[in-house]
Amino acid sequence: MRRNGPLALIFHAIFVIVMVAPILVVCLVAFTPEGFLSLPTNGFSLRWFRTIANYPEFIHAFWVSLGLGALSSLVALLFAVPAALAIARYRFRGRDALAALFLSPLMIPHVVLGIAFLRFFTSAGLGGSFAALIIAHVIIVFPFALRLTLAAATGMDRTVEMAAVSLGANGWTLFRRVTLPLILPGVISGWALAFIQSFDDLTMTVFLAAPGTETLPVRMFLYIQDNIDPLVTSVSACVIAITMTALILLDRFYGLDRVLAGKGDTGR
Amino acid sequence: MSAAAEERDARAPWALTAPALMLFVGVLLIPLAMTVMLSFHDWGQYKGIEPVFILKNWHEIATDPYYAEMFWRTFRIAILTTLLTALLGAPEAYILNRMSGRWKSFFLLIILGPLLISVVARTLGWALLFGGNNGLVNKLLMSAGLIRSPIPFMFTETGMVVALAHVMMPFMVLSVWAALQRLDPQIENAAMSLGAGPATIIRRIIMPQIMPGVLSGAIIVFSLSASAFATPAIIGGRRLKVAATLAYDEFLNTLNWPLGAAVATLLLVALVFIVVGSNALIERRYAEVFR
Repeated sequence: MRRNGPLALIFHAIFVIVMVAPILVVCLVAFTPEGFLSLPTNGFSLRWFRTIANYPEFIHAFWVSLGLGALSSLVALLFAVPAALAIARYRFRGRDALAALFLSPLMIPHVVLGIAFLRFFTSAGLGGSFAALIIAHVIIVFPFALRLTLAAATGMDRTVEMAAVSLGANGWTLFRRVTLPLILPGVISGWALAFIQSFDDLTMTVFLAAPGTETLPVRMFLYIQDNIDPLVTSVSACVIAITMTALILLDRFYGLDRVLAGKGDTGR
Repeated sequence: MSAAAEERDARAPWALTAPALMLFVGVLLIPLAMTVMLSFHDWGQYKGIEPVFILKNWHEIATDPYYAEMFWRTFRIAILTTLLTALLGAPEAYILNRMSGRWKSFFLLIILGPLLISVVARTLGWALLFGGNNGLVNKLLMSAGLIRSPIPFMFTETGMVVALAHVMMPFMVLSVWAALQRLDPQIENAAMSLGAGPATIIRRIIMPQIMPGVLSGAIIVFSLSASAFATPAIIGGRRLKVAATLAYDEFLNTLNWPLGAAVATLLLVALVFIVVGSNALIERRYAEVFR
């Protein structure tokens, strides 16, 4: 195959710079020593990171986001693992329709989901509650949990299971001692990807969160609507750092290219 | 296999999927149906929501030019964003694909990584880069001699399209990338050995083969841009409304839920028609590629 020419490489360089620039500028401005938005030209300072401590609503929102992401991803897996095993192993009527239904939260705009859940949970008397947030997040992260578990279950070597059955294992023991350990990398990656999706969601959550159950993206969004100052850049820098950590873990366990390639396909 | 075991096998998949199915019917399908119904209810400043069947909201959306203008703006922004991602993302995917192993995975990570970084943080980055008339972007463009006077980016459609294109770019690159993986490099070599120049190879060999990838990427980018909320809300401000931000306003500021539900239902229905329709068109046109 031919190599890239100089023009192609210039295009590539500009492209990469533009892709990285907005993220980089947020992280740089977060370290400014000044009291206003500026690039840190007179040395770096952690001033704005320390200021976060004076805003308990950001700290609280962070814990809400963390708990919500961890819990909803876990609950989504409790539903997704059996469903993935069924879809991977059995050919039954309605299988394709079920799979389409389970992946549908990817296709429905999150504004529409937010509105639907707001209406639903308000009528159910759960408006603005943490429980409502958990259930709504379970639905939006379900496709991610399902896809990665499904990939692991489809690629699994069934002969090990058969050996276990021939040795007398069945039911719960078979699942806990043989099947689950074999699909565990897929399950853990599914949890991590689901966690990132939940942790980052704004569009749906902004409809459901009430004071007290505001997540970090919602808190940041409401803050930005009023004014943009270095404080929100330092909070964003922390969020970026957390996502990067989750990304690195995901890469270790599963390989980021597989996770992202799977994600792209689902958008169709 | 005995009859009893077969019976159990037929039931097993349903037993395994039943919890998830009940969850989806109870907490996804029912709320969606409730939203469609809500759009037919009446609303008044003092009486609140009245559960009657009325076409008032739909009539208002159909007749008030404000909504036509808002939906037209939403789709105009989505179309421009899609074009921008296709024009820049497809060549980039092609360039990436020709790089050697280590560079390829490194740059793929840089370009696809932002997909998982908070949209609020990414849009905040653009707000900082745009920042008024002497923002970084304008300074750069002016010192490069590309423009004479600063372009207003904040609170304009231009700014929304640029920031949205950045947010959506990974989806386009991924989609074209997937199409490129199916491409046989020997065809390119064969064309070269038959005397085709680089331009001819791109136009006659590469383009037709990656077109399905570009188009399916375009469908993803279009539907996500048309329903985007965070980027239009932050870059567009309170004045420049798109469908998602208008629905948000109706729900959380004006509190006219039935009207907001009608806007959301219309957005959902329009997107489903556009996505399903263009998918069918692409699959018919490029049937041989998908086979």
